[in-house]
Order: sequence, then C-alpha cells, then structure tokens
Amino acid sequence: MGIRAAYVHIPFCEHICYYCDFNKVFLKNQPVDEYLDALEREIEMTLKQYPTDHLETIFIGGGTPTALNEPQMQRLMEIIQKHLLPLTGDDLEYTVESNPDGVSEEKLDIMKAGGVNRVSFGVQSFDDGLLERIGRTHREAKVAQTLDAAAKRFDNISVDLMFGLPNQTLDQVRYDVSRALQLPITHISSYSLILEPHTVFAIQERKGKLPLPTQDLEAEMYQVMIDTIEAGGYAQYEISNFAQTGKESRHNRVYWENDEYYGFGAGSHSYINQTRRANIAPIPHYIKAEGLPVRKETPLTNVERMEEEMFLGLRMKDGVSLERFQTKYGVAFKDVFGEVMKRLLPNGLVEQTETHIRLTPAGVPLANEVFAEFIGEAQVQ
Amino acid sequence: MTNEDRLKRQKSIRNFSIIAHIDHGKSTLADRILEKTGALTSREMKDQTLDAMDLERERGITIKLNAVQLKYTAKDGEDYILHLIDTPGHVDFTYEVSRSLAACEGAVLVVDAAQGIEAQTLANVYLALDNDLEILPIINKIDLPSADVERVRQEIEDVIGLDASEAVPTSAKAGIGIEEILEQIVEKVPAPTGDPSAPLEALIFDSYYDAYRGVVASIRIVNGTVKVGDKIRMMSTGKDFEVLELAVATPKPLRQQELTVGDVGTLSASIKTVGDVRVGDTITLAKQPATEALPGYRKMNPMVYCGLYPIDAAKYNDLREALEKLQLSDAALEFEPETSQALGFGFRCGFLGMLHMEIIQERIEREFNIDMITTAPSVIYHVTTTAGEVLHVDNPSKMPDQQKVEFIEEPFVKAAVMTPNDYVGAIMELCQKKRGTFVDMQYIDTTRVKITYELPLSEIVYDFFDQLKSSTKGYASLDYELIGYQQSRLVKMDILLNNENVDALSFIVHRDFAYERGKVIVDKLKELIPRMQFEVPIQAAVGTKIVARSTIKALRKNVLAKCYGGDISRKRKLLEKQKEGKKRMKMVGSVEVPQEAFMSVLSMDED
Repeated sequence: MGIRAAYVHIPFCEHICYYCDFNKVFLKNQPVDEYLDALEREIEMTLKQYPTDHLETIFIGGGTPTALNEPQMQRLMEIIQKHLLPLTGDDLEYTVESNPDGVSEEKLDIMKAGGVNRVSFGVQSFDDGLLERIGRTHREAKVAQTLDAAAKRFDNISVDLMFGLPNQTLDQVRYDVSRALQLPITHISSYSLILEPHTVFAIQERKGKLPLPTQDLEAEMYQVMIDTIEAGGYAQYEISNFAQTGKESRHNRVYWENDEYYGFGAGSHSYINQTRRANIAPIPHYIKAEGLPVRKETPLTNVERMEEEMFLGLRMKDGVSLERFQTKYGVAFKDVFGEVMKRLLPNGLVEQTETHIRLTPAGVPLANEVFAEFIGEAQVQ
Repeated sequence: MTNEDRLKRQKSIRNFSIIAHIDHGKSTLADRILEKTGALTSREMKDQTLDAMDLERERGITIKLNAVQLKYTAKDGEDYILHLIDTPGHVDFTYEVSRSLAACEGAVLVVDAAQGIEAQTLANVYLALDNDLEILPIINKIDLPSADVERVRQEIEDVIGLDASEAVPTSAKAGIGIEEILEQIVEKVPAPTGDPSAPLEALIFDSYYDAYRGVVASIRIVNGTVKVGDKIRMMSTGKDFEVLELAVATPKPLRQQELTVGDVGTLSASIKTVGDVRVGDTITLAKQPATEALPGYRKMNPMVYCGLYPIDAAKYNDLREALEKLQLSDAALEFEPETSQALGFGFRCGFLGMLHMEIIQERIEREFNIDMITTAPSVIYHVTTTAGEVLHVDNPSKMPDQQKVEFIEEPFVKAAVMTPNDYVGAIMELCQKKRGTFVDMQYIDTTRVKITYELPLSEIVYDFFDQLKSSTKGYASLDYELIGYQQSRLVKMDILLNNENVDALSFIVHRDFAYERGKVIVDKLKELIPRMQFEVPIQAAVGTKIVARSTIKALRKNVLAKCYGGDISRKRKLLEKQKEGKKRMKMVGSVEVPQEAFMSVLSMDED
C-alpha cells in the first residue's frame, strides 16, 4: 500500500495560545514567502525520493494556516495543486485548519478554489471569559458568523472544543456542546487540556496561578462531552472525535491505523518506510536546509510497530482488527499479546470480539492504563 | 632492622589526627599538609584527597578512615615521620573516631574562626582527652571577613580549658599557617613509647575489603614488631592468620617488610570475613602473644534498624551479596534475612545512625544498581511481657499484642545543642515536641548557649536534625550519647491499605501522639500512593481501634485526549514513562505503593 496521507505544517500564528506547544512563531516579520518556497522544495524532493501513486487525504495544520494573507494563501494552494493534487482522485479529503477570527471570505474563496473540501475550526469554547483565559483572540459572536460564511462554501466542517480549562465548570462544558450542536457542522473534536512544558500555562502553573479542574471533575467533563455530543447525533469513533455518519476524519484515521504518511513543513512528523521522522523545527534552519530538512530519524522495529498498532488502534471505537494485525505483521495477535490480554481482560477496560480488540466504555477514560500494558510486553520468536 | 634502629626511628615518629566540627575545614587542612610535606604535588591533588569515595566528596564528610605516612624535615634539621590518621566527622561514627584517636599521641583541633566551638567540637575534644592526646588547637578560616581569632581563642580557653595562646591562626584554604602547625606537631606531640621487642600489640582502628587481598586491617603498632610471614592472632576471637603483606600509604601504598612501634599501616593476611577484623581489637603474634589486649575494644552496636527489600524480588540474592560486600568494609553494618507479608523477602539491617543508614542505601543503589524499598527506621525497644519475659524488638511489626505487653522501654539519649541565643526558644519548643526532658542550659559566651535535653533516641533518628537545622537557620549543632533505657507509654500503630494490614508500614508511637500521627500519615499516604482503578481506603489502627482514615479515590481519567498531530514517538515516550514509573513501585496486595511511602511514617509535620 502506498502512502495515502499528507500533512502540511504552517507554523505561523498571530497570537500564541497559552496551552499550545506545537511548533509555531509570531507571524510578524517572519520570512513567510521563503518558508513557502522551502516547503515546495521539500514536497518535491520527498515525492521524488518516496513516491506514492495515490493520496487520499491532505491536511494543512499549524500553527495557524489562516494566518497567511491572501496572496500567501493563494501561493500555498498553488503548491498543493501542483505537487499533491495530481496524486489524488474523487475520494480526496482535503482539510485546512482555521481560526474563527482569522479567515476572511476571500481566504475561504481561495481555499475553495484550491480544492479544499473540509475546514476544521479551532473554536475551543463559546465562553468569552474562558477564551480569554486560554489566550484565544476570537469571541463567541464571531464563531457563528464565520461558520455561516464557511458553510456557504463547504459541506464538511469540523470544530474543536476543549475541556479541563482553568476554572471551567460542568455547566460551561454543557453550554459549549449545546452551542456547537447548533452549528452547520459534521464533526466535533473534543480535546482535554494537557499541561505542557514551555507554554504560558506551564509558567502560570509554576507560580500556582493555574486553577485546573481536579481529575474527578475532568473525568465528569469528559463523560458529559461524550454523552451530550452523542445525543446530538454524532458518534464517538475515537477517544477525542465525534462525527455524523460517514464524516469521520479520514486523515486522522491514517494515524490511528498506524499507516504511513508524509509530513511537510518545519517541525512536522512523518512515517515513511517504517521510519518515523521529525523535521527541523526552527524556521530559518528549515529554510536553509540542504536536502531533506530532517532532524531525526527513528526506524521502528517490528515489535515497536506492533506496540504502536495497539496504542493507536485502540483509540478507535472499533479497536484493532485481528485480521489486519495478522496480515500486517505475519503473526497472530494472540501469539504476540496473548499474555498481556490475560492480565488486562479481568480489569474490564478492554474486550475482545471475534474480529477486534477494543476498549470498553469504562476503558475509554483510562485508555493510557491499557496502552502502557502493551509496551515492552510483546512475545516474539 | 636492629632493635636499636627501631628505637631510634621511633623517636622521630609523630602520630596525630585532625578533629573538627563538620565544615570547619578538616579535609582542606589535611590536603594542605599532604601538599606541604610533598606527599602529593599540587598538580596531583584532587581536592580533599582523603575523602576517597564519591559519596564522601558529595556530602562533604568523611566516612572511611585513612592513614597517611608523611616525611617532614623540621626547622631543627631532623627528619620526621608523621602519620596523619583521618577520622569520620559525624556523630554516627563516634566509636570509629575514638579508635582512630587511640592510634595517635596528638590531635590537631580545628576551630572555625567565625563559628567558634560547636557541639561536635566539644564531643571530639572529650574523645581526644579520653585517649590522653596532646591537643593542638588551631583557628581556621581566618581569611573569612567574619573571622574573630581573639574571641575564638578566648572561647577555647573558657569552654574547653585548653591553653590557646599558641593556637595557630590558619587558613587551610589559602595555605596560611601550615608550616607552623607541622612544627608544633613535631615539637609538642610525644613520640610513641612502646617496646619493639615486647610481644606484639597492634590496634585495629579500621578495616576495608580488597578484592585481591581480602580484609585489610589498618593498624597502629603499640608494642612489638610484626613482619611479613608472621603468624598473628586476633585477641577477641583467638583466630590465627599469616601476614601476607604490610604497607604504609604515602598516600600511594608502599610495601614494608615489617611494622614496628609507632607505625601506622595496613596488614593483610588472606582474611575472608570482616568479622575477623574488628575495629578496636588487638592483633598479637601467635607464638609470643601479649597477655592482655589493648583497652577500649567493644563491639559496635547498631542503634537504628530498618528493612531493606528489593523492588524486584528476583534481586534478593543480589541484595544479599551487596550487603555482604559492604559489610566487609563496614563492621558496624548488621543484617539478617527477614520476611514481610507486604514486601516479601528482604533484610533487617542495623546501622549506627541515620546517616550511616542513608549512606548504605545510596551505595547499594549506586554501586550495585538495586532498587529498594526501605522501611522506616526503628530503634530497639525492650518489651517486658505479662509473662515476665523481656523481648528486644527492632521491627515494629514484631511488637507483641498490647494485651501481652506489661511495659515498653525505649533508648534515650542525652543531646547537647549549641546555638546562638536567638534560637533558644525554638529549640526548646522542638525538644518538648519530641518528648524531651530539659536538663541544663549554659552560656558559652554572651551570645551562645549549650542546651542539654534527654530525648528518646527514636525522636532523634526521625527528623530531629533536619528540624533543628531549619528552626535555627542552620546555626545549631547537635551531639548526643546514649544514656540507657527508660519506660515510655508506647503503642504500635498499624496501617491498613485496602483493609489489609501492611506490616512494613507499622511503627511505634507514644500514646499521646497516636491520633495526631495517624492522621498525618494516612493523609501523607493518600498523597503518595497513585490512584488505582478502584477506591483504596487507608486506615491507621492501634490494636483493633481505627484512629484515622482516609481514602485514595479511584482513578478516573488517564487518557491523552489531545491532538498530537503525527508525533507518535512522543506518545510512545509518555507511555514508556508511565510503564517505567510502575516498575519502581511495589505491589502490596492489590495496591501499587511507591518507595517514598514506606519512609512517610517518618514525617511528622502537617506539611
């Protein structure tokens, strides 16, 4: 199977959110045009070295892709059109991440003309107080307006929501979900705040100024998210993702199915020829790189691939397909992880059907407890 | 060598130690003396050469003793042989200090020019006086801005009663006064007085294990002469060995054909177990034995006991081997196999004190790479049962049922604290809290006070020293000695996790503090033990009565509901870390308990 997904990273932002630890920089005075040139070079070189015959998904993320101005956005679309779109067909899922306040109608038009057919909005919350508290610049009023403009052009729209935010209450979570359900969308991602080093929140935490919810409250928030979003007609098909029938994100599915993907742009990650790679992150270094801008290559062993198959695949509602496992690794699942399953099954966090291994509803909020059990435990001859 | 030669040489020998309070600059002074006598060039000097183990250097203390032979040509034109015998600088090692002092005729007393006399300075001076040593006070760190040489000189005279008029003002750091100290050693410290032709009497003041030589004894010859090939006898055990090698350290080891009166060196004789080379014992010749051993020998008795358990049960044998190896060089370390319901197979180990215990633990983890659970330290309780039997209990979980206990006695110490008078209130409060009885308070000068309390040893081995330091901004110093057993109203406190008694968490507490301690500990354990998939009740019980309880709530959420993009390596690292963390915990029943939890019964504060 050839590589069927491509991720493109745009590391520029007009504002830095307090929780974000992705590779990104303030847009101001950045060599955006040079960056786009370098991005084009990388795509060209990579495809030459690691060709594929058919791409099913393209995902432009960031950073903030919509921080690009109109001509830059136009240029980005042209790069994709020239190098990636020729590899795609009618089944293409082509997503651009957007900020509710960063995208003009003109930019939406450029994206549409460029072939984009899915937009993912970083809404996070509808509570202006919370939005401010987490360093987002858009406000509630703007969201509906932007979403309406997008809905005129796109019929596949996703929004991101966040929970576990400082001082957030259960009522605020319910309110966020109810407002999201009113939008003209097909997909909701619900992410919990993870405190990461080198973020504004990490500094606040050190000073004792980050009143995060307790684990119990966070667990309740998660359950409220699951219950209310599902009640609104979206099925939870992965730990953090909900979709109307047929609108599951195919791009993320590639990650969870442990398949290979391209990763273009500064600090992006790829998985090609059973090797995980991380690109050079600092933008000037990325631009100046000769040859492929790779910082680190990690070839995976067979055992590592099988472990990752488990901790990625179990994120999905369907879980890990036993048949697929056998085809991919040439060994039966039970021969490799039978002992682990013997230990895990009595806990009730994971279950085995005739065709799949999957988390139980009780296992979803404790998924890491299950995942970790598969690390370093494979039995191979 | 003829006997005449030996007697002549004997006159040129000077044996001395350096005694000081911790941090007063003993090791630096030793370094300077080595440098001055050419034992080491300054280029060869690694700072504080005598503190050979990494651990010693890190902690700034001396654990193992060392003796060095130095050549010095004095101003009178004569060549002298100086033996510098290093001593450990911590109250845990008082007996070792006393034995190494017994190997000397003199001691250089280092007093800090700014801090003056401290509790330990006094304790060491008394040990030196007990051994009839010539004491040469010196005043060190005179280069400090806060140095006050005259005040300290006066203090030495007033508090210790030594003539300090000739105390050399020194800066070991800057190399000031070193030559004058050496001159005073030659002039004032008496030469050894034994008879080289008398039956051999060699004092063992230290021993260590060498992979090739077996147990090596550090000895001081008091009478007689020992040669390579001689049959020797250990006077406390009566065991005989044949001398294979004699050496002196310069500090590089230098082989000798014989050691005679006044010599300080090492002796090896293919001795396999450290128990055969006991510090304080006397070595004599098998065919011409001395009639009496040198005075002062006693077996060192551990004061503090704790359980050591490998986290990985498969490492039990490794742990035993590690303890055996450490014991070869550390006669004070005791251990015997022990079983805990909670922790499985391990060892009950006896130590001289808390520092000694921490050092052994760290060495096992570092040098032998074994992760361990250490249970909270305990002293030895004397328990008189209703049947009139007296039990010595070194493990709280072995305490008999309360109904069978007539009374319990615990060891008490007399503790001397030296402090600036600003902290008298704080120290008295601390001592009261630790069940202390006030004995005495003396002003050393207008600003400093020596406070004496009688305290239960168990309170000292807990966190007394840390609390003393923190409540006096580090200014107070402590010395203590065991004064015997006294009856106390003690009870055993059990800790139940998930309704199961965890024997390794039991501890002994005074009845009046039982509720308070129980509460603190269940709360502490609640913090330390990670949440499991089920709720875990924690209870503290005296007998069948629950005195405190708390609950570790069930784990509710542990999932990365985060957008990680394609960075799978990072997810993997996170899971690996989680897995690794579990490996460092011990399964007790169905609960995973981290290492720190077993020591938590020590912390008495509500923080």
